[in-house]
Amino acid sequence: MSLPPLVEPADELTVDEVRRYSRHLIIPDVGMAGQKRLKNAKVLCVGAGGLGSPALMYLAAAGVGTLGVVDFDVVDESNLQRQIIHGQSDVGRLKAESAAASVREINPLVNVVIHNVALTTDNVMDIFAAYDLIVDGTDNFATRYMVNDAAVLLGKPYIWGSIYRFDGQASVFWAEHGPCYRCLYPEPPPPGMVPSCAEGGVLGVLCASIGSVQVNEAIKLLTGIGEPLVGRLMIYDALEMKYRDVKVRKDPECPLCGKNPTITELIDYEAFCGTISDEAQQAATGSTITAQELKDMIDRDEDIFLVDVREQNEYEIVNIPGAVLIPKGDFLRGVALERLPQDKKIVLHCKSGARSAEALAVVKNAGFSDAVHVGGGVLSWVKTVDPSLPTY
Amino acid sequence: MSVSVRIPTILRTYTDGASEVASEGATLREVLQKLDADFPGIGARILDETGKIRRFVNVYVGEEDVRFADGLDTATPEGANISVIPAVAGG
Repeated sequence: MSLPPLVEPADELTVDEVRRYSRHLIIPDVGMAGQKRLKNAKVLCVGAGGLGSPALMYLAAAGVGTLGVVDFDVVDESNLQRQIIHGQSDVGRLKAESAAASVREINPLVNVVIHNVALTTDNVMDIFAAYDLIVDGTDNFATRYMVNDAAVLLGKPYIWGSIYRFDGQASVFWAEHGPCYRCLYPEPPPPGMVPSCAEGGVLGVLCASIGSVQVNEAIKLLTGIGEPLVGRLMIYDALEMKYRDVKVRKDPECPLCGKNPTITELIDYEAFCGTISDEAQQAATGSTITAQELKDMIDRDEDIFLVDVREQNEYEIVNIPGAVLIPKGDFLRGVALERLPQDKKIVLHCKSGARSAEALAVVKNAGFSDAVHVGGGVLSWVKTVDPSLPTY
Repeated sequence: MSVSVRIPTILRTYTDGASEVASEGATLREVLQKLDADFPGIGARILDETGKIRRFVNVYVGEEDVRFADGLDTATPEGANISVIPAVAGG
């Protein structure tokens, strides 16, 4: 299925622009008309992180006339392994500002619009309205469903990409011509079931593999060339070096873009996706201790059994002395319980407190009623008890 | 019918890291039962408590999403490639 160009061509290219874009201009499929369309295009990149970095850089280099950047976060040292739009001297700087500076350095002809805000239901429609096309490079389900719903409600196409460890997925969602994200995944996973990149890690260069697919699709949609990735899901396995694609059908029962939509405006996405499951929330209430309280328990030589519910790799980066590693998955599968002593107080911790809350729910259900978890996890331990340890 | 099942990264803890495993069955339901028998626990990550495919996991027989075919009753012919594709949100 080919689609008509999304953008009308600009009136003309300047002499400077002809020089700069000459390698595009001599491709017959792009040519002068295609490059003029790129010049007239307004593309918004949601997130200047792993996927947003290569996406913004290539969109800028390609000559997209107006590039918007939405990000509220600041550059952290742990971002630099993959977020190549930011550099060492940008640590601590707002990501949107840092990304805009790189875009201007790559191509001063691009008009960069900085949206230094968190995308919310209050601002997403207004921000999206000014753009032809959205590139989704966010890192959580709540924002992804919000981006999808806003794009569908506004009738705009958007290019979705997602990464985890060595796996990437990408697709183009455009309800007018095909399915939306809700047709592909009607509901988000319950919190805690699917790890984030912060929990599970991501190969840095995977961002380039998927981010460049997103830009490729952006250029095709804007200029109306090729077969867009509408109605297909591209799946990439970096370890096997295989790209595959599967069909994504438009769901006639889709609550957003189906025949009888029940979602006609934005919803509460935090509630839809949850940040932590109800069970975990309940278990953690009144059973959360601080890292300092844990330190005091250890110093008083209390009879505790400290369990680190993270993964082996994380344990090797940094751990709390005396902690026994039993990954959260072992609790969900039920095999962890037999390793817990009946005569000691069980104390669980993870990186930041979400996974240990999930494990705590399992442990309490199994009858360890005085079990607790450490709010803020090992990160809080490093911050308040032993700042000499590394964080990640 | 003997088929191959592609395992996504996040479920490879169940398959000792294998990205593709063999299974058997005439329908997807049978294939997933055999899979769970071989790799205990993996079934619960694909199916919910009521035995339905979880709504944030898609299962494909060949190129087709079984939600738009016959669900768990979708036929799995000899040599079929089955893919399990869970939602991931990293960016």
